[in-house]
Amino acid sequence: MSNLKENKKNNIIENALKLFAQKGFYNTTIPDIAKAMKMSVGNMYNYFASKEELAKFAIKYSTNILADELREVNNMEISSKEKIYIFVRKYLENVQKSPEVIEYFLRVYLSNREVFKQGCEGFLCVGEFVTEVMILLDDGAQKKEFREQEFFPAFGMIMGSLGGFAFLSGENVLDKDLLSYSDAVADNIYRALKYDE
Amino acid sequence: MNEKKPTVVWFSAITCNGNTHSLLSSNSSKFELFLKNFDFIYHGSLTIDKSLEDIIKNQEQIDFLLVEGAISSNQKFFTTSNDSTKNILEKLVQKSKYLIAVGSCASFGGIHAKFTQNDDVCGLKDAIEEENKKKLKHPIINLSGCPVHPEWIFQTLFSLKNFKEISLDDEGRPKELYGTLAHHGCTRNEYFEWKIEGNFGQKEGCLFYNQGCRAPMTHSSCNKILWNDINSKTRAGMPCIGCTEVDFPRNNMLETKKNMGIPLEVPLGISKRAYLSISGVAKTFKIDRLHKKLME
Repeated sequence: MSNLKENKKNNIIENALKLFAQKGFYNTTIPDIAKAMKMSVGNMYNYFASKEELAKFAIKYSTNILADELREVNNMEISSKEKIYIFVRKYLENVQKSPEVIEYFLRVYLSNREVFKQGCEGFLCVGEFVTEVMILLDDGAQKKEFREQEFFPAFGMIMGSLGGFAFLSGENVLDKDLLSYSDAVADNIYRALKYDE
Repeated sequence: MNEKKPTVVWFSAITCNGNTHSLLSSNSSKFELFLKNFDFIYHGSLTIDKSLEDIIKNQEQIDFLLVEGAISSNQKFFTTSNDSTKNILEKLVQKSKYLIAVGSCASFGGIHAKFTQNDDVCGLKDAIEEENKKKLKHPIINLSGCPVHPEWIFQTLFSLKNFKEISLDDEGRPKELYGTLAHHGCTRNEYFEWKIEGNFGQKEGCLFYNQGCRAPMTHSSCNKILWNDINSKTRAGMPCIGCTEVDFPRNNMLETKKNMGIPLEVPLGISKRAYLSISGVAKTFKIDRLHKKLME
């Protein structure tokens, strides 16, 4: 695919993400997205065959942003504790900068499972991000910086904590600036994972 | 066929004789073929009219010296024929053209090298003086395995008899026999592909995920040259324990070492990140056929 077409696709995804996050999957129509793009509805279909397809691309696109950031952190020559702190900060910065990405995850991906039933089974559309969390946890456990436990409880603890915090931010119930909580959230995650003698 | 048959001497050093058992369990027609083509002049466990002393004193050259078991110079630890295995080996090597380590103990020291009471137990390569190694016609050949497959011994001997040399990998093992992994030819490969776990002793499922199977990182032809012509460990439901590799035996060989549920080691030649990524995708698919018993 040419770069131009690729850029256009990403542009559509970004606009769709915002609309899906605001109005929900079913209340957002292809004409709504086309309107936001200042494109004709017909032209939209040159890029995505259906709204469902667009939704699947959108979840890949948004989690890959997080995967890229976490991969960068994973490749740093620092302790697992520091990795957690940096990753949490980057995650919350993302929530602040592009709240629609997390909103989309919470409001569409987690709530409208039927849309993702085919083609996004299991970790198929979020695989890159899950792999990076695996690398983070595996590396920490190998270095005995994290205690040994099964993958899913550890994964759920990290993502539950981050997702929950993003939700609080989206609901505007936090007293202070989102990023001022970063170290405290990271500390909770690290304490839950850390190796105990 | 008046040509003189090459002589074969089998020296048993520090060993459980597992490789001897393996040799004697070989396919009988192959064993006959071996005896027809080679002059098997000495084996300590077989009825043969020569003693080890006769062999050492005899002026005659040994074409193929096969050594089973690890080597030590410590006579308090182990002696045979009133001498250390290292001394006997040095004497035999000086008369030999080809030196073949039969089994993992002779190749790399094996289980005996794990004894903490004696730290000079080793495989042939480390036991022999450099100048004596130079007298050999060929670099030392390691036929690792616990035990080694009898056919690997025959194939190596016939190749050397006919072609005088054999191509070896970095560990001194014949590439022809150790160039591929035990995983090749495993009848459970489809379970491996779709990440379906199996249990010890059962026909279904892959033994890599929980049972410690090392087939995807072990150089061996166990699943191509079958044992007793019909079977292999993995076919019978026993995980590969990596017995042809330098680090054998390891601890907890029937367990897959994991961190946070993620395998510590992944198949040879793939990065952990890539492996985890494709595993996650493969696990997504539930193939009913592979979750059923093969025979109800």
